[in-house]
Amino acid sequence: MADSVVTPTEPVVREEAAAALERLQAELGDAIVEHGGALGDAVVRVRRDAWRRSAQVCKEKLECDYLSFIAGIDWMPTPSVTEEGSGDTSTPAQPKEQTYGSAGSAGRYQLLAVVESTRRKSWRVILKTDLPDDDLHAESWVTVYPGADWHEREAWEMYGFVFDGHPSLRHLYLPSEFEGHPLRKDFPLLAREVKPWPGLVDVEPMPGDDAGDGEEGESA
Amino acid sequence: MTTTDLPSPGELPEVTVDPAAMRHLADAQVNVELDTGDMVLNIGPQHPATHGTLRLVVRLDGERVVSADPIIGYMHRGYEKLTEFRTYPQITTLINRIDWLSSFANEVPFIAAAEQLMSIEAPPRAQYQRTILTELSRIATFLLFLGEMGLQVGAITPAFYGFRDREYVLNLIEAVTGGRFHPNFNRIGGIKDDLPWGWISECRTTMNKVLASCDEFDDLVVGNPIFQKRTRSIGIIPQQLGAAYGVSGSNLRASGIDWDLRRDGPKYLVYDELDWQVWTHPDGDSFSRYWVRLQETRESARMVLQMLDQMPSGPLMAKVPRIIKVPEGEVFVNTENPLGEMGYYVISKGATGPFRTKIRSASFSNVSILPWLLRGSYVPDIITILASLYFILGDIDR
Repeated sequence: MADSVVTPTEPVVREEAAAALERLQAELGDAIVEHGGALGDAVVRVRRDAWRRSAQVCKEKLECDYLSFIAGIDWMPTPSVTEEGSGDTSTPAQPKEQTYGSAGSAGRYQLLAVVESTRRKSWRVILKTDLPDDDLHAESWVTVYPGADWHEREAWEMYGFVFDGHPSLRHLYLPSEFEGHPLRKDFPLLAREVKPWPGLVDVEPMPGDDAGDGEEGESA
Repeated sequence: MTTTDLPSPGELPEVTVDPAAMRHLADAQVNVELDTGDMVLNIGPQHPATHGTLRLVVRLDGERVVSADPIIGYMHRGYEKLTEFRTYPQITTLINRIDWLSSFANEVPFIAAAEQLMSIEAPPRAQYQRTILTELSRIATFLLFLGEMGLQVGAITPAFYGFRDREYVLNLIEAVTGGRFHPNFNRIGGIKDDLPWGWISECRTTMNKVLASCDEFDDLVVGNPIFQKRTRSIGIIPQQLGAAYGVSGSNLRASGIDWDLRRDGPKYLVYDELDWQVWTHPDGDSFSRYWVRLQETRESARMVLQMLDQMPSGPLMAKVPRIIKVPEGEVFVNTENPLGEMGYYVISKGATGPFRTKIRSASFSNVSILPWLLRGSYVPDIITILASLYFILGDIDR
């Protein structure tokens, strides 16, 4: 079935996304650091001081009246549990070097948001901005999109990003006494530290069996 | 205080709300005169209207809600973290459990994201079967809603009807996938198995049953004066506010926004090959949310009937490498799930598992409007509004 494998000949950015990008460029000008594509969608990386303004432009000038989500990204390489080529395929072995995705990044932390239009077909923009490691502040979107409230609370507790102008940054999912930011890459997944892969078949020897004799098929 | 202290109609802040909702102002005045103190009412974490464990701290002035604060996270399972330690095929078992009433529909956007990054397209027959199973999930989810919403306003009978009909649909899903709730049936590049013998005729019979029972719901619930009194102009979501909060799916269409990702999003599955329509309602209240879901159940049943007739033959799996490694890149795939927009932002670095997955679940944003929506409503209406928003806690907490 060679014909079912489609080679990526289509343009990197969809027609609607390219039009949205063009209008955003006209409105924001040099506030856009870089732009790229994510399989059809336009990814726009804006300067941090233009983060709220870009939301405003998207809402007022680009008809993006709908907030899909705001999230964080930590580009630090995932600490590997398994080594590449060790034969253990239980956990994906991620690359060790720090690389950045579409539209690039200046450092480890990035904010990511998607806004869409409910009035136009496939009209949406993916926005990113870099947050320097020593100053994880960004302007809050709450005044533009009220739905940003919970998303920003989530990014605050999961990554430690601080949103200036947010009415109350408090825990959303986690208990109030929780310490640490779980979605940062250096926050360990304790379940995997205790037992590398809970799905591994481990046959416990029956009481009375000799140690090491408990594995299936080895007796007899 | 006297009535003269109230602002005259001309000085009222400019809010475009249904006139019926303005009665809260009159009540507010009564309460001012009686000088009632605030009371904090704690609803949940366990309440039948919450589909899981949602806690709602409501500050009341008499019977009127002054402020409401939903407290979530009782069911947070950390799926976004877990996906970073699992391979793509392993992740489908996790995301089955996000919105557990329509698990199959959850799998579709994630699998689509992986497929798009790998430049693989599932064969047409697999696409049709995916669409059929997605729509069956939608019907099953909505039938539960149609019955359960009646229950929340005090009507017992619809709940039995809803559960009964949902069971027919779940039996169909079980016959294909082997699981009633967690099918884990999608594969990257296609679908695991073909439909069993006799399934198509069985499905046709069931869809006709569903259409008939939708008429029953129409008579029994929608036409019921008590139900209408309990739901009309209760919990009105204004169009633009709803969109800015990220409210999606039937909840947004019930506010008159004609937006459905099956039609308006980037192409996915085979919706463009079907003859169907998007239903909207101008009112935006609890009643219209019920009404829109009822119409969408019908529409889905009709879509399934069409697909059963049109389904092409052919293979079920595209050519996929044995060990799935997804090339470097990032993609956002969002689909119209029963509860609203479900999306996955997948960032891959060329490994067997994703580097980062952002799960955009519908109920999370749908519920985030609650503090605004509940303000000024009455205690019994809280339950109506919660039920009519229709959320699944697994879909909020992830």
